[in-house]
Amino acid sequence: MSTTTQASSTLISNVPSGPMQERWTKHKFEMKLVNPANKRKFDVIVVGTGLAGASAAASLAELGYNVKSFCIQDSPRRAHSIAAQGGINAAKNYPNDGDSVWRLFYDTVKGGDYRSRESNVYRLAEVSNNIIDQCVAQGVPFAREYGGTLSNRSFGGAQVSRTFYARGQTGQQLLLGAYSALMRQVKLGKVQLYPRREMLDLVIVDGMARGIVTRNLVTGEFESHAAHAVLLCTGGYGNAYFLSTNAKSCNVTAAWRCHRRGAFFANPCYTQIHPTCIPVSGDYQSKLTLMSESLRNDGRVWVSKKEGDKRHPTDIPEDERDYFLERRYPAFGNLVPRDVASRAAKERCDAGYGVGETGLAVYLDFRDAIKRDGEDVIRAKYGNLFHMYEKITADNPYEVPMKIYPAVHYTMGGLWVDYNLMSTIPGLFVLGEANFSDHGANRLGASALMQGLADGYFVIPYTLSHHFGSHSLPSVSTDSPAFKETLVEARNRVESILAVKGNQTVNDLHRKLGKIMWQHCGMARNAEGLKIAKEQIRELRDEFWQTIKVPGVGESFNQNLEYAGRLADFLEFSELLAHDAAERNESCGGHFREEHQTEENAARRDDENYCYVSAWEFNGVGETPTLHKEDLKFEAVPLAVRSYK
Amino acid sequence: MGATTDTSNETIDLTIKVWRQSGPDDRGEFRTYDLKGVSTHMSFLEMLDVLNEQLLAGDEEPVAFDHDCREGICGMCGMVINGQAHGPDRETTTCQLHMRRFNDGDTIVIEPWRATAFPVIRDLVVDRSAFDRIIEAGGFVSVNTGNPPDANAILVPKDDAEQSMNAAACIGCGACVAACKNASAMLFVGAKVSHLALLPQGKPERKQRANDMVAQMDKEQFGSCTNTYECEAACPAGISVENIARLNREYLRSLLPF
Repeated sequence: MSTTTQASSTLISNVPSGPMQERWTKHKFEMKLVNPANKRKFDVIVVGTGLAGASAAASLAELGYNVKSFCIQDSPRRAHSIAAQGGINAAKNYPNDGDSVWRLFYDTVKGGDYRSRESNVYRLAEVSNNIIDQCVAQGVPFAREYGGTLSNRSFGGAQVSRTFYARGQTGQQLLLGAYSALMRQVKLGKVQLYPRREMLDLVIVDGMARGIVTRNLVTGEFESHAAHAVLLCTGGYGNAYFLSTNAKSCNVTAAWRCHRRGAFFANPCYTQIHPTCIPVSGDYQSKLTLMSESLRNDGRVWVSKKEGDKRHPTDIPEDERDYFLERRYPAFGNLVPRDVASRAAKERCDAGYGVGETGLAVYLDFRDAIKRDGEDVIRAKYGNLFHMYEKITADNPYEVPMKIYPAVHYTMGGLWVDYNLMSTIPGLFVLGEANFSDHGANRLGASALMQGLADGYFVIPYTLSHHFGSHSLPSVSTDSPAFKETLVEARNRVESILAVKGNQTVNDLHRKLGKIMWQHCGMARNAEGLKIAKEQIRELRDEFWQTIKVPGVGESFNQNLEYAGRLADFLEFSELLAHDAAERNESCGGHFREEHQTEENAARRDDENYCYVSAWEFNGVGETPTLHKEDLKFEAVPLAVRSYK
Repeated sequence: MGATTDTSNETIDLTIKVWRQSGPDDRGEFRTYDLKGVSTHMSFLEMLDVLNEQLLAGDEEPVAFDHDCREGICGMCGMVINGQAHGPDRETTTCQLHMRRFNDGDTIVIEPWRATAFPVIRDLVVDRSAFDRIIEAGGFVSVNTGNPPDANAILVPKDDAEQSMNAAACIGCGACVAACKNASAMLFVGAKVSHLALLPQGKPERKQRANDMVAQMDKEQFGSCTNTYECEAACPAGISVENIARLNREYLRSLLPF
């Protein structure tokens, strides 16, 4: 592929030195403080109100900063963190089963396939316990034992029970906790809420992030907001694939606009594809729904041994079934890690053995478990999931096997940040899924909630004061040229979308992008496919600007216009994702390059040549970005082949 | 409109009668559209997506409606379908309602939530910020980020935790208000007051909370509760009306001097 990229040494991660266990403590002491009376002189913009954004906005307001909180939904309570089901990890060791901060740290580094920054991961594990204490104090109704203590359950990959949960609605309850803390600060006058606002650009004054331009989604008005720092808590970019488990409004626009202004984008090719989702059923499909991974404890995954077998699953006799996970991975069977299970299902479907009308599905069968344990036992364990499955598909999974297929779920890549969560633009901080730092090339289950809240409650309150204490930040006005110019650029872009007046809808074009991304940048990638993807994305981008059709006017509530703007940014971003995937000539975690695999179809890492973070600098739309490398050092968890066999 | 058990990918033809209103000051009106070949596997919102694509092809502005997660948890979607908030299925959000619930030739009438406290923004989109202001009034525990006691230092009996969780499951969609002939928000407020009153963490502020949240609810012009329980029947999260009873007790308690 392209050879114009070059390594640069401009990335300073600001990771403290010394023993791993003492780094965060030492760093907290070394950081500058802002005294309580001075905090009220600082304004902070927080974009997004998911776990990272709401917890950051509430915590900073409690400290005395003036916070402006923005979200695209009608209420901060609706951010997509709310959809997380399983739970949140913490190293409490309440079950007395050998857990520790060190073990959570170790599991997360290994789970990330040795592509995360050790010091950040250690800090994450270190503050995990504080998160549980904080959430309980807020009134989050976690599951309890009869004695009144907290319950734990085990989760993907870990050998200990460290996951705290509130039924299948852990994300909802944690988000409502953070939202209640946020609303309390609204009442106290320390947070000003801006719902139904979309950030369209970042304003930089004298090299520092000093504000944003937003569009009021109700009136269509463009607005400027000034502050002393900007926090981006805007989630991941899974919707580049059109179909994903993300909410419909999840998008890359805020992060991409910051990238265009100079923030480096790190590891965009690290995407997580979850094996057990309800498959696509038709061209009208608008999103995909996750079925909890826990189902693979009792369900057996299979397809017919006969290619293109159209028989009803219950008519296919036992000896004509191919339990391909059990066949290929006898040691782990149906409980192989997410990436392995996803790839194996894809392999069968590509070979023509897929089931259902589209041929893009495999069976997840509970027949044997029901025979063994009885229907009541299975109902008690998975009743709600079976009910949801039946609601969506009209199939009764107690009688016929579920049909499942992998789907895009989470993105580990994001804007590059240093140990202080600051991007390459001073004053722009990035929290939660929007940054890249903690999950490496693969995220473990129940760790996304942990990271969002760690960043918001326990990291940014310290590192932001250090930023304020280290710089002189004269006040800026939204009447200044930088604000006015940025606002005009944002408005021009929106108007140019309206001006095309073509004949293709946003949905048409987004589906096309999704197909390119899924085919060439999905579960398995190769050099040739990625080259094709880049070309097709470029062509589609041109097609967008020639054929997009958005009715109505800009000065109104115009949902098509919102979607079109987001798609325009996805069309720029997706090329970077494909480029990053092409340049990383190894397989690791969620990034699987077909050229780099073991005989058993496992990812083959190349630590000698690729043990670094790829941070990309924007050089213009369609121009080759510049690669900056942050070398990863593994001092505490030695590099090893990740094996769950 | 019985549920069909046929799992084949059949299609149905529908007449969609939907509320169109260009903005808060527009009077608004029903408009009728024919929609053919709707797959019974579609969700209700996917059916609206298809309707909107059809409108776009004919150069008519699409029907605006709120939606986001499309998994029944964010609370963003909600519309009155044939007179019922979120449509005919119990404990089901609009996004989880599927077209196999309807028959070929049906006319489906779709309206926004109707309540003084939820003014229409456009078509099926309403302004529910009154709910945020009610939470702002007292739907929280006053604890700053910092060093709370160890999580297991606060013991919560399992049954209390379960009951609290039952109430905390509210998704804030507003169906309770839309279903109520008085547009009362008692179920929404009752759910939050119950969630916190049932936990030791919420007890220190229980009087102030009940008082302030009820005062804000009244200020937002939600109506009074007359115990018809339409709210419970419409609630996609299965919130029980016993939370309204608990709200009444908590409110009375807030007026007592001891």
